[in-house]
Amino acid sequence: MSLEPTPSSSPASSGHAPRVLRILLPIIVLTAGMGLWEFAIWRYQIQPYVLPAPTLIFKTLVADWPVLSESLLTTLTTTLEGFAAAAIGGIALALLFNQSKLLEYSLFPYAVILQVTPVIAIAPLLLIYLPQQTAVVVCAWIVAFFPVLSNTTLGLNSVDRNLAGLFQLYGASPLQTLRYLKLPAALPFILGGLRIAGGLSLIGAVVAEIAAGSAGAGSGLAYRIAESGYRLNIPRMFAALLLLSAAGIVIYGLLALISHLVLRRWHESALGKES
Amino acid sequence: MSAPAASPDLKTGMAGLAVRLRGVTKIYDSGVSALGPFDLDVRRGEFISLLGPSGCGKSTALRLIAGLGAPTSGAVEVSHRPVEAKGTHSIGFVFQDPTLMPWASVLENVRLPLKLTHMPVAEADVRVGEALTQVGLSDFAESYPRELSGGMKMRVSLARALVTDPDILLMDEPFAALDEITRFRLNNDLLALWRNLRKTVIFVTHSVFESVYLSQRVIVMTARPGRIGSEFRIDVPEPRGEEFRTSADYAGICRTVSNALAPSYQGMAGA
Repeated sequence: MSLEPTPSSSPASSGHAPRVLRILLPIIVLTAGMGLWEFAIWRYQIQPYVLPAPTLIFKTLVADWPVLSESLLTTLTTTLEGFAAAAIGGIALALLFNQSKLLEYSLFPYAVILQVTPVIAIAPLLLIYLPQQTAVVVCAWIVAFFPVLSNTTLGLNSVDRNLAGLFQLYGASPLQTLRYLKLPAALPFILGGLRIAGGLSLIGAVVAEIAAGSAGAGSGLAYRIAESGYRLNIPRMFAALLLLSAAGIVIYGLLALISHLVLRRWHESALGKES
Repeated sequence: MSAPAASPDLKTGMAGLAVRLRGVTKIYDSGVSALGPFDLDVRRGEFISLLGPSGCGKSTALRLIAGLGAPTSGAVEVSHRPVEAKGTHSIGFVFQDPTLMPWASVLENVRLPLKLTHMPVAEADVRVGEALTQVGLSDFAESYPRELSGGMKMRVSLARALVTDPDILLMDEPFAALDEITRFRLNNDLLALWRNLRKTVIFVTHSVFESVYLSQRVIVMTARPGRIGSEFRIDVPEPRGEEFRTSADYAGICRTVSNALAPSYQGMAGA
C-alpha cells in the first residue's frame, strides 16, 4: 500500500505499447511467482501448516467463503465508517482552521500528536473506554483523518494570489470565496488526501480488530487471521490475507477512479500527455 | 506633441476625474518602500500608461487603485470617493497572468463577477454573451482554459473584466507574456474596445512601444520608491492603426520616451 498519491498517468503510460506492458508484466510476474511457489511446495513436500500452496489457499477461500465473506463485510463496514468519519472530520477541521488561525494554532499540535502516536498502542485503551464497534471505527478514523486534514489545509492555502485578489475586488463574501474559489482549488489536494486515507482506514480497522480480537471478541477479517493463527489453520490465514489485500486494492482503485473522473476536465494530474 | 503635461486638462476640470491619487506611499511589512509619494489624476475616459522598469511600483499603484491593499499614507480616490467605499464604483482588473479558474469553463469564468453580486443567471448570461462577443470568443464559451492559447486566455480575462461594465479598467502588464503578433492584435482590439466603450483605462507596462501605441498619456516612473519621472501626452489623430505603428512620428515619440526612461534603469545593472 503506497502512501504517496501516484499520478494516475505518468508520461510512460501514453502510447500503446507501454500501456499493454504495464498491465501484462505484473500478470506475468504473478503467474511465474505462483507457479514457482506451487512447484516448490510439491517438490519439497512442504506441509500445509508450514506453507500452503496457492491452489490450497484458493480452495480454502472457496470452502470458507461463508465465514470469510461475513468477516470481509464486517471489516469493510468498519473501514467505510472510519473513512467517512476521516473524510468529513478532516475536511471540516481544515475548513475551520482556514477560517480561524487561532483555532489552528490551538488544535493543530494535537492533531499531529494523534497522528504520530502508533494506533496499535491506542487501540487497547479505546477498547476499554468505548463499545467495541465504536472503538474500532475510532481507530480507523484516527489513522485516516490526518492526511485529509493536512492535504486539505495545504490545498486551501494554495489558492492563486491573483484569483484571491479578484474575489476581493468583486466584494465576494467569505462563504462565496470558500465555495467558488478555495474548495475547487483545494479539490485535487483533498482527493489526494482521501486516496491515502482509504488505505489507512483499512489499516486502522485491521489494527483495532486485532487488538479487540485478542480480547476475545469480533468477527472481522483481522480477527479471522488471528484466530486461524491460534488454530494453526495457515491456509485460512492466507485466504483472509488475500481478501484484505484485494479490499485495499479495490478501495485505492475506486478512489483513484473518482479522483480521475472529477479532475479530468482541468487538472494536470488527470490529463494525458497528448492534451 | 510630447511636451510634459503637468496641468490638468482644462476642458474637464476636477469633475471629470476618474482616479485621483494624492501623496500616496506604500511601504511593505518587509520595510521595502515600493511607492511614492505619488500623485496622479486620470480623467474619465482617458487611456494612460504607467511605464517603468520592473519593481518600480507601477503594479503596486494599480493594486492600490483597485483597493487590493491599503496605502501606507495618502489618499486614493476613485470616482470622487475613497477607494475603501466598495460598491460605489466598478473596476475591472486584468492581471499579468490570465488568472482564470482552471476548473471552470470560459462561460463560468466570465460569469464569476456577476455571480458574486447575485445577478440572476438569465440576465448574467446575456451580459457574458456580450462580453465574449466583444473579445471575439463567442464560440469558446464551453471550452476550458487549458484548451485555449495564451492570447485567447487573455481575451477571456479581458471579457471577465468587461462583463460588469466597469467605469475603470486596470490592466497590469496584461500582454507581457504573449508573442509579438498576438500582442499587436490584442493591442488593436483593446484600442477598438476603448474607442467603442470609452472606459477609463490605466495600463501598466514596461514596453515603451506598447505604451506609446496605446495611450493618450504615458507616465514614466522611476524606481525604488516608485515616483513619476516624466509625463508625455501622445496627441496623434485617432483611430490609431498599423500605419501609426510604422510611422516616423511613432518612432520619434518612442525615442523620446525611451530617453526619459533610461535614467530609471541606471544603477540597476543587476536587476
